Amino acid sequence: MNILKLENLSVEVAGRTVLEDVNLEIPRGEVHVLFGPNGSGKTSLIMAILGFSSYRVVSGKIWFNEIDITRMPINERVKLGIGVAFQNPPAIRGVKLGDIVRVFIGSGMDAGQRQLELTKTLNLPSEFLSRDLNLGFSGGELKRSEILQVLAQKPCFVMLDEPDSGVDVENLGLVGKALDSFLKERSGLLITHLGYILRYVDADKAHVLFDKTIACSGKTTEILSHILNEGYKWCEKCPILRKRLYERRINLPL
Amino acid sequence: MSNTKEKALRAKDKSAALGPDLDLERFSRDSRPWPSCPVSSLPEDILQQSSNVGIRPDEKDRAGTYFQIDHSVVFQSVQKPFEGQVEIMSTKEAFEKYNRLKEYWWRLIAVDTDKYTALAELNWDYGYFLRVLEGQKVTLPLQSCLFVSKDNLNQNIHNIIIAEPNSEVQIITGCAVHSNVQRGLHVGISEFYIKERAKLTFTMIHNWAQNFDVRPRTAALVEDNATFVNNYVCLKPVKSLQMYPAAYCKGTNSRVRFNNILYGTRDAYLDVGSKVVLQGGGSRGEVIARAIASDSAQIYARGLLVGEHKDSKAHLECRGLLASDTASIHAIPELLGKVSGTDLSHEAAVGKIVEDQIQYLMARGFSEDEAESLIVRGFMDVSIFGLPDSLRDEIKKMIDATTERAL
Repeated sequence: MNILKLENLSVEVAGRTVLEDVNLEIPRGEVHVLFGPNGSGKTSLIMAILGFSSYRVVSGKIWFNEIDITRMPINERVKLGIGVAFQNPPAIRGVKLGDIVRVFIGSGMDAGQRQLELTKTLNLPSEFLSRDLNLGFSGGELKRSEILQVLAQKPCFVMLDEPDSGVDVENLGLVGKALDSFLKERSGLLITHLGYILRYVDADKAHVLFDKTIACSGKTTEILSHILNEGYKWCEKCPILRKRLYERRINLPL
Repeated sequence: MSNTKEKALRAKDKSAALGPDLDLERFSRDSRPWPSCPVSSLPEDILQQSSNVGIRPDEKDRAGTYFQIDHSVVFQSVQKPFEGQVEIMSTKEAFEKYNRLKEYWWRLIAVDTDKYTALAELNWDYGYFLRVLEGQKVTLPLQSCLFVSKDNLNQNIHNIIIAEPNSEVQIITGCAVHSNVQRGLHVGISEFYIKERAKLTFTMIHNWAQNFDVRPRTAALVEDNATFVNNYVCLKPVKSLQMYPAAYCKGTNSRVRFNNILYGTRDAYLDVGSKVVLQGGGSRGEVIARAIASDSAQIYARGLLVGEHKDSKAHLECRGLLASDTASIHAIPELLGKVSGTDLSHEAAVGKIVEDQIQYLMARGFSEDEAESLIVRGFMDVSIFGLPDSLRDEIKKMIDATTERAL
């Protein structure tokens, strides 16, 4: 059974198409990777799955655990078991990281202990919980704070938007190991630009998002090695994409 | 007739520089006297209202208490362990006790500033005299409550607060009205004297009524190596509130900090500023204002930093959050440098709640309303006040309770 299924999904942002006819299936228990050049729509895909209002679904459907969530409010999707670590989370003055973590962990007897364990796992000082959310966090701190929230939430499906960018080598190992054990019994969608995180996390399948749609899918190692060797120029050779581009060109109004 | 009275008489029709002009004739001066009694034996509804502004009726965790209702002083006392550290009494009593009080009276604020200062002189209804003795570090806050129990009453308070050299104290003042009170006018004159190496943190919380008018007039003199922190919280609707407290950093290395949290609801008109005058070498000032305007509230958040010494520095930060399209926030930061070498700066930002922030919190499982209230409460973060933990938590709880009801 699929935990996530995208069916002919097309999405607009401010009237501009950012995703076109995206089809994607992630079976329960699998972790998939999404590759793609800058601006190909990777983050848009995550935002659309979450239901952010500026990412308008024009056509197609989003299924989560066989429930149609296409028109559901963000928080209800999250309650079904979707977690996310954002790439560029907004800073919110006065709201503390701990305020959010506490909602997930609750106020049970071991809550304080668990909070401390989480900060330790990600090599963050415990004072970090009383800092204003994402305000003045360094790039690496942002990533770790996002992942900390996901670990506290324990969703059954997690989307990670470039968890490895901006994280220094030392912390990459920490983050990688934490995510690897976290993903063991979960499903996920992982966006990575250079694939560093894949040294630690096993992915069952990879997809390439190119020119607003999923251009190809396959074995993670194979796709990654193509991208690392040739860059996304490799995609330009793809017959499916060439056909798409050609069709679009001839459909242009004269 | 004394010189002060004469000046007051001449200014009794003088409009204030800012804020809507009020017709003083429409307020009543008749009040029934309240007998003095322990705070805890006051009527339950008064206790409830006063505890909403930080007053502990049981006097627990407070070093001393002053409680005034309308034109009567109902209670004034220093807790046993703090006797000999602080003095609390009405300013009228203080005049009887200290001949020197007149040196502090109308010294920082001119009696003929406007019709409200004049009114406070011509129809003076007590107010508190708080004095921390030299070298005393008072470990628990002092509390004072100025309460209005009768509709349409005019209450004119004149307070004198003195922190003698090397002393340290926290003061929490709550102003509130009875739930039957709709209209009225409160004028509060407060003159603060923070002497050498003293530290005074003053936190004032206002809970007025929807048709109530408020005109505080405050000034502080900060001497060598002394620190004055002035916190102000206004969360409840008020018809009009206009104040522009000033701190004169006269002393070498004197420090002043103003923190304002304003929450304007319904058709409230809030005009609140903070003025810092840097006169001493090494003097430093900071003004932080947070304003939220909802419904059709109008908020003016002013600030004026004046640099008169070549080694002086001050910064002003104002953030406004608009929670409605019919509300407005007008941030007016002003910097006046009078000598080279003074370093004055400001930053001001007014905007609405950013959709990204709400949706981010929704992605953490909060509903839209919960996310909005979390952001609003976070915006009014009391950790800017620099209060001791217990007092900070008390005030935070109060703000949370008020905003939760309001949102």
